[in-house]
Amino acid sequence: MRYAYYPGCSSDTTGKEYEATVRIVCKNLGIELVDIPDWSCCGATAAHGKSHLLNTALPARNLALAEEMGLDVVTPCAACYQQLATANKEMKENQQIAEKVNQATGKNYQGTIKVKSIVEVIGSLEPDIIKAQMVKPLKGLKIAAYYGCLMVRPPSVTGFDDAENPMFLDNLMRLAGAETMDWPHKTECCGGALQVSNEHIVVKLLDKIYKEALKSGANCMVAACPLCHFNLDGCQSTCNRLLGTTYEIPIFYFTQLLGLAMGLNQQELQFNSHFTDTRKVLKLVG
Amino acid sequence: MESIKVNQSIKNNNDFIEKISIESGQPVQQCYQCGKCTAGCPVAFAMDYTPNQIMRMVQFGMKEELLRSKAIWLCATCQTCTTRCPCNIELTKVMESLRIMADKEGTTPSGSAKNIKTFYDSFVGTIEKYGRAFEVAAMLQYNLNSKHFFNKAALGLPMLQKGKLKLSPSKVKNGSEIARIFSEVRRMEGEGE
Repeated sequence: MRYAYYPGCSSDTTGKEYEATVRIVCKNLGIELVDIPDWSCCGATAAHGKSHLLNTALPARNLALAEEMGLDVVTPCAACYQQLATANKEMKENQQIAEKVNQATGKNYQGTIKVKSIVEVIGSLEPDIIKAQMVKPLKGLKIAAYYGCLMVRPPSVTGFDDAENPMFLDNLMRLAGAETMDWPHKTECCGGALQVSNEHIVVKLLDKIYKEALKSGANCMVAACPLCHFNLDGCQSTCNRLLGTTYEIPIFYFTQLLGLAMGLNQQELQFNSHFTDTRKVLKLVG
Repeated sequence: MESIKVNQSIKNNNDFIEKISIESGQPVQQCYQCGKCTAGCPVAFAMDYTPNQIMRMVQFGMKEELLRSKAIWLCATCQTCTTRCPCNIELTKVMESLRIMADKEGTTPSGSAKNIKTFYDSFVGTIEKYGRAFEVAAMLQYNLNSKHFFNKAALGLPMLQKGKLKLSPSKVKNGSEIARIFSEVRRMEGEGE
C-alpha cells in the first residue's frame, strides 16, 4: 500500500509528535508514505478569506505533484485533508475553475487521484493486521475520541465516516485495548480557526467539549489533527485562566496511542511535548 | 437593524444577490428559514447576525449590512450548517463568498471580526513569501497589525521549549511556482474573469 504523503506545515512545529508517530505506525502497518516532493501550503484555514481561486490553486499544486507520482494522497492533518479534498472535488467537477487553477499553478492536473485522511487509511485496514501489532493493550484508558469538524464534514467532500457519529477512531482505539466513550461532542467545533484572533470565543467552545468528555467518564481524549490538538492541549491552560476552570485532560494523537500499544517507547512517542500532563493517565497502562 | 423596504432592496441589489449565488454556487433563494444552521452553529452566540439571518439578508439583498457584519468573519468554517441544511445549501460557501466580496471591496469589519481578517492576511502573507505557513512571522505580523503586541506571548516560550515553534521558516524550493500562483490569481481576478 503506497501513498503520496502530504505532511502539512504543522508537521515540524505544533504537530511534530503526530508527524513522527504517523510515520512509525504506518511503517509498522505496511503503509508506505512517499513524501510529495517540494509540497507547499494548502491555504489552511486562512486563504478562504481572500480568494476562491487562490484557495483552490494552493492545494491543487500539491494534487498535481501527487498525480505526477501516480499515487493517491494521504494527509494526517484534518484541515489539510479538507483543503485538498475540497479542491480535488472542485477540480473534477468544475471545468471552468479547473482551467483557471491549472493556469495559475502552471501544471495540468487531470483529477485522476483520490485524497484520503490518514484516519481513513489506517482505519480501513483489516482489523487482524492491526491486532497483530498490538502487544501492550491500553488498559485503563477511557477515551473520548474527538474528530472535530473537517475530517468528517461535509459528507459530500469527506464521506468515509458518519458525519454526526463517526466511529473510525473509536474502533481503532478499541482494537488497541482501550475503552471509548459514547459522547455527544465528537464533531463539535473547537474553534481552531479563531484561536489566534478570538480566544475569548474559543475557550467557551473548549469548555463545552471538555465538560462533555468528562461527563461521559473519559480520562483522556484523542485527536487526529494538529490544529485541534494544539487547541485542546495547548490552550487548555488558557481556558482555565479565562474561565476559572480546572481542566487537566491529557490529549493524545491517535497514532501516539497506537504506537504505545505497539510497544514503542515514550521517547519515540514524544508525550513530553504535550502541554497538559499525560503521566498520570499513562501510569494506568503501565 | 433599521427597517427596510424589502421589494426596493431586492430590486436595487439584484446584481448582488445574483453574484453571491454564482460565486458560492448555492441556491440561496431556496432557504425557508428553518433555523437548523443556527441551532448547530458553534459560534452563533458571538455573531451579530445568526446564519439563518445571514441567509435571509442575502435573499433581501442587504449588501451593506452583510459586508459589514461580524458574522461572516466569525464563521469558523466547521461545515455543520452545510452538513445539516435540508435545502442542501452549503452555507459555508455563502459565508466564504461574502467574506471575499467584503475583502475585495475593502469593507472593514468591526471589533473582534477585524482581528480575524488581520490574521488571515498575515497568514496568507507568509504563504506567499515562503510557500509554507510560518507561524512565528504570521503571529508577529498579526500582533503588529492588530496592535495586540503581546497576544499569545505566554504560550511562545513553552512552545519554543517543547520544540513546537521554529524561528526560521521552512521554505518551498520552487518559490517561483508559489509566486506564479499569487500573480496569476491577481491577474485573472483583476481582469474580472
